[in-house]
Amino acid sequence: MISARGLRRSYDGVEAVRGIDLGVDRGEVFAFLGPNGAGKTTTVEILEGYRRRDAGTVSVLGTDPLQAGRDWRQRIGIVLQECRMQPRLTVRETVELYAGYYERPRSVAETIDLVGLAGKADERAARLSGGQQRRLDVALALIGDAELLFLDEPTTGFDPSARRQAWDVIASLRSLGKTVFLTTHYMDEAQALADRVAIIAGGEIVAEGTPETLAGRDLAPTEVRFRLPESATLADLPEAVAAAIDAGSGAGNGAPAGLVVVRTGDPLRVLNELTAWALAREVELPGLEVTRPSLEDVYLEVTERRAS
Amino acid sequence: MSGFALAWHQFRFDQRVFWRNPASVFFTVMLPILFLVIFASIFGDETIDARGGLAVSTYYVPGIMTLAVVSATMVSLAIGLTEARESGRLKRVRATPLPPWAFVAGRVGNAIVVSLLMAVLVTAIGAALYDVAIPGSTIPGLVLSLLVGAFAFSALGFALTAAIPSEESAPAITNFTALPLYFLSGVFIPETEIPDGVLRFADLFPIRHFFECLLAGFDPATVGTGIELGHLAVVAAWGIAGLAVAARAFRWSPRGG
Repeated sequence: MISARGLRRSYDGVEAVRGIDLGVDRGEVFAFLGPNGAGKTTTVEILEGYRRRDAGTVSVLGTDPLQAGRDWRQRIGIVLQECRMQPRLTVRETVELYAGYYERPRSVAETIDLVGLAGKADERAARLSGGQQRRLDVALALIGDAELLFLDEPTTGFDPSARRQAWDVIASLRSLGKTVFLTTHYMDEAQALADRVAIIAGGEIVAEGTPETLAGRDLAPTEVRFRLPESATLADLPEAVAAAIDAGSGAGNGAPAGLVVVRTGDPLRVLNELTAWALAREVELPGLEVTRPSLEDVYLEVTERRAS
Repeated sequence: MSGFALAWHQFRFDQRVFWRNPASVFFTVMLPILFLVIFASIFGDETIDARGGLAVSTYYVPGIMTLAVVSATMVSLAIGLTEARESGRLKRVRATPLPPWAFVAGRVGNAIVVSLLMAVLVTAIGAALYDVAIPGSTIPGLVLSLLVGAFAFSALGFALTAAIPSEESAPAITNFTALPLYFLSGVFIPETEIPDGVLRFADLFPIRHFFECLLAGFDPATVGTGIELGHLAVVAAWGIAGLAVAARAFRWSPRGG
């Protein structure tokens, strides 16, 4: 669906995009993450046909976006990062206006329903909340029944429940067989929706993969945290636990007194020994937690590594 | 849909938006009528000797028509297009299969329809309240002038939009462009009250020439069809210049970011 090789673009001598390769397959939800100013919008707008590139090849739906015509635009749908709707048209009229631009539009009523605005169909856009306006924007991207959708930060500024609803909409796009190119700031959004994730920082792709395996996340050690019972010392812990204790433990490093952090590639064994030990001594393990590095941890790590 | 059907589709929604916008209805429809009634009521009984004793009320009908057409085209388009550009809607519509020319045709069609409607309305009010004769033999000249003028000032609206940096500055820049020229061109004040040098300066711009075209249509002394080729040529030349600037400089993406 999308294939880009060696994409470059500079503004006034500063290289915003430095040789990016991207590939998105049909039916995939692809999340494109990165801090502000990382080259995210430039990349997306090159793919959408809004911007020129200095170097590289791009093919979107088999066509170079810069050469694309009306037929190509029938097949893509776009939600821009920022767009105010025409305040004097109702939700239904706005969707009808856009429906008229396409050869084979979806049903207007169904599309309004899909984005959860059925109750607001006859309301003028001026009277919609920010989140509702954004959902109307998503409806305009869907009305042409495009194969490929570019959603640029579609849930920025949403309250949590509106975001959940928007996620449902995007998830339903997947079941309709659409390909979605999603940019977002929110890791939980990428985690919930994306089949594949790429992180851009400083104009380069710094990590790419499924949300589960991104940057070796699946191979990274599991963290086990607990507070040492008052009756015990570190030396009392079973060997498998003691051997994996992280340097970040203990009061000396600003952590709460008695906090023990264990990093292990074998969490099952460590937990088994730890809990057996606590049960045998009839003590609690206050604050026991088992965590894997979240997508956010991975994101922060790779973007910060790039920045330093 | 064919290109024409797409332009028609766009036009229908642009019409709806225009009539629902209190600012556009007030400044383009109500204000010219208000000015016509005020000016014609105060000065209507006077005559202009330099124009062979033309009644001032007759003079004001094409004058206010000039105001209404420039307002419906250049002013409304520049303000509306700037708002649409800065809101991101122009950029958004560029990503749809709607051909750019069909979008432009819808907007310009809207401006022309409102212009013609205002021409009829101003003529009717002049005739009903101030005994201004409804043109007969000069109708071809009037219609041609209105169409050329509406096209030219629409092109200038697109050109002006390219020069406007932000939504906030749009009304100020468009009015600063048009308002002084209305005065200098004798649209508000009869030309007999305006120094010659000022009129020669106003002659550099299209508003006075457009006014002259319309005035010929209402002046009872006009013989024949009332086509003022010289004045019409200046208006058309400005329109073509506007088109050339718009083709080069008009932007679909917001300038604010």
